[in-house]
Amino acid sequence: MSSTTTTTTVGTIGAPSRRNTELAMLVFAVLIPVFAYINVGLAKEGSVPAGILGYSLGLGLLAGVTHLVVRKWAPYADPLMLPIATLLNGLGLVFIWRLDQEPQITTKQLGGAMAPGQMMWSTLGVALFLGVLIFLKDHRVLQRYTYISMVVALVLLIAPVFFPAKFGARIWITIPGVGSLQPGEFAKIVIAIFFAGYLMVKRDALALASRRFMGLYLPRGRDLGPILVIWALSLMILVFETDLGTSLLFFGLFVVMLYVATERTSWIVFGLLLSGAGAVAVATFESHVQTRVHNWLNPLELLNGGVTETAQAMYSFGSGGILGSGLGQGYSRLIGGIAPKSDYILATVGEEAGLAGLMAILLLYGLLIERGIRTALAARDPFGKLLAVGLSGAFALQVFVVAGGVTGLIPLTGMTMPFLAQGGSSVIANWALVALLLRISDTARRPAPAPAPSTDAEMTQVVRP
Amino acid sequence: MSELTLTVMRLGFLAVLWLFVIVAVQVIRSDLFGTRVTQRGAARRGGQEGRAQQRQQAAPPQQRRQEGGRGNNRQRRGAPTKLVVSEGTLTGTTVALQGQTISLGRAHDSTIVLDDDYASSRHARIYPDRDGQWIVEDLGSTNGTYLDRTRLTTPTPIPLGAPIRIGKTVIELRK
Repeated sequence: MSSTTTTTTVGTIGAPSRRNTELAMLVFAVLIPVFAYINVGLAKEGSVPAGILGYSLGLGLLAGVTHLVVRKWAPYADPLMLPIATLLNGLGLVFIWRLDQEPQITTKQLGGAMAPGQMMWSTLGVALFLGVLIFLKDHRVLQRYTYISMVVALVLLIAPVFFPAKFGARIWITIPGVGSLQPGEFAKIVIAIFFAGYLMVKRDALALASRRFMGLYLPRGRDLGPILVIWALSLMILVFETDLGTSLLFFGLFVVMLYVATERTSWIVFGLLLSGAGAVAVATFESHVQTRVHNWLNPLELLNGGVTETAQAMYSFGSGGILGSGLGQGYSRLIGGIAPKSDYILATVGEEAGLAGLMAILLLYGLLIERGIRTALAARDPFGKLLAVGLSGAFALQVFVVAGGVTGLIPLTGMTMPFLAQGGSSVIANWALVALLLRISDTARRPAPAPAPSTDAEMTQVVRP
Repeated sequence: MSELTLTVMRLGFLAVLWLFVIVAVQVIRSDLFGTRVTQRGAARRGGQEGRAQQRQQAAPPQQRRQEGGRGNNRQRRGAPTKLVVSEGTLTGTTVALQGQTISLGRAHDSTIVLDDDYASSRHARIYPDRDGQWIVEDLGSTNGTYLDRTRLTTPTPIPLGAPIRIGKTVIELRK
């Protein structure tokens, strides 16, 4: 044994708030999209685009305001989440603007140019971000609304059934004159709050009351109730809204949080078995799901005059190669429709920035998720831990479902790449999600207040004979 | 726009994107190692193997600190640097000597907690005098402390390598 003489404890160093690190990263995160914007302009028109001043000022203003608010209201929050979110959002705006420059996919029927709208949605998202940070002083307040969040989430998930389907999926609420909204994006935050509050109370029953069988803890029959209910609900979403993405996200999130809350691997096994069985069962009679699976398995099959979008996306990736064709010099417009701006935006990234750029973007998502999980580790209250895991889990599942769908790993589902893809609901909801994570990490990293001096702690006097 | 400019911009974009990722990882890295090792009171030292092993992870920074401390008040040549338990249930336990008082006994806050039926709860202590000579003193134990074969009655200097016997436990000072 080596010589150890002193008892030591390992603790975090007091109060490095890391706000200056965040500021430096934010400046970096604003400069990269501005650079990309100039690059696209030079490639497409041979000159620096006219909107460059407005764009860089707008993005810089958003970043500056968020930074000041975080400095004031969440001074110990994680230094990386905000810069990464800003960078992804900024790059998303550049890519959407770049696709707006293609006349074929920016026609009147397809909604015209989308970058200005997306900029407005981003501003709204940042406003919601600021609102959450300013008005939510402590994330534990959300614990009081456990069952209200359940009701709200259910309403949000069920509401789209009553509205007409768009692009083959009923995931939209259309309000005439105002626009349409994808409630599933907001539901994922609300449902994470419900799961966190519910599992915090019920996890002992779910973890301890079980029998051991072949190395797995088998839960009692009656404890299977919640997972079966959630499973049935997610299947109903799949059947009635024909949306594989939301269904997967909803069920996957529950399994992830159940596993984190109970530390029982058996829940993951059950979850995978249930979702596999459910997906196969639904795929036997639901034509929308069948089409998606068919396109995934046979992407090169000719359909009404061309190959599937999946194959087009693969062509994009292939044409990009390792280093990419350069921003503004790809042909992802050939995917057609508004798909390259929303679901298939990763194909544009993969073609114009190449494998190297795509990997960097995916790493940025990974880093954001890592910071979320790190926040969960650092959080001191069980509700905050579960909520942080749930929010980053929802984010991770969404990234996986979209990136997996676009790259052909799993059948494509109608979800948007967080921050990057065109879509108002998505960008607003994800800014709120990041705000919640920042709020939890601020509470977690805040140094404990110095203990009040106790009168008992004074030196004991020893009277020697 | 010339081909060259566009190529440079294309590669430059990838470079700054990756630079951002690398800087972000560096920020995480500093977060990872941003921990501090605190010393808890000098009374609880060494001794139990189990606890000492848990402490292994905290050892490197701690040793660094000790080396720094040793530079300040350099010890004499030939002075013992460690205390070794050579017989008894704790055989092999080593405690580095840094000028601190080492207490021996069954009491759980002793530096070396003796698991020995013949030891008293506060059995003996070993400490350096002003010259740096290590002294062993019996603290009124029931069964006594022996240096070689003689039972101690007064604080006695310890020669290098001389066995100090407490019940079934034998302790030596070594270089």
